[in-house]
Amino acid sequence: MTILINSVIILSLLLGTFFIVMTAVGLVRFPDAYTRAHAASKSATLGVLFILIGVFIYFWQIEGTYNSRIILGIVFIFITGPIGGHIMARAAYFSGVKPTERTVRDDLKEEYERKKRSL
Amino acid sequence: MIKGILTIALIFFTITVVICLYRVIKGPTLPDRVVALDMIGVNMLSMIAIISLLQNTTAYLEVILILGILSFIGTIAFSKYIERGVIIERKSNR
Repeated sequence: MTILINSVIILSLLLGTFFIVMTAVGLVRFPDAYTRAHAASKSATLGVLFILIGVFIYFWQIEGTYNSRIILGIVFIFITGPIGGHIMARAAYFSGVKPTERTVRDDLKEEYERKKRSL
Repeated sequence: MIKGILTIALIFFTITVVICLYRVIKGPTLPDRVVALDMIGVNMLSMIAIISLLQNTTAYLEVILILGILSFIGTIAFSKYIERGVIIERKSNR
């Protein structure tokens, strides 16, 4: 049983580390602000979730202390990580940051122009 | 076994923080920098989780929750500043 719990903890920590390193690769290689916000919000949230789940299982099964603070942190990060990415990308669009020139269609642009003319 | 994996994870997190600092310094627009700073906050949170595993203590677990809340508030405040120019608006129609 201990071997099974240890392997679950190790797998969870390795998956979390993998997703966070992939976030760093995305921050370097993606061309504009929107794709970078995409990479940072989604995969960093998933990586931190895996790491906190591993820490929670460690303290629960091996140390024997049940920490509700980690569960609260998991729920809070799971709610607020994508919200932060969305609001940041929205602010970037409305403050005039251009997307990359390889963009093929921009659906928000017509709507934004129409709203601005009607105001 | 698990101690070696934790050390390797800490090394990878340090590399990630350095890459995010590169994006903070070089990033061409302000939203890039804010996204990278948010990413650094999330990274520090998981580093603290792993350090609390390494030192075998549960005294750091409030720090995880508070760092999450602070990085979310910072991102929201910065995005309101970028979008509207003010963070806390005054009341209109007075």
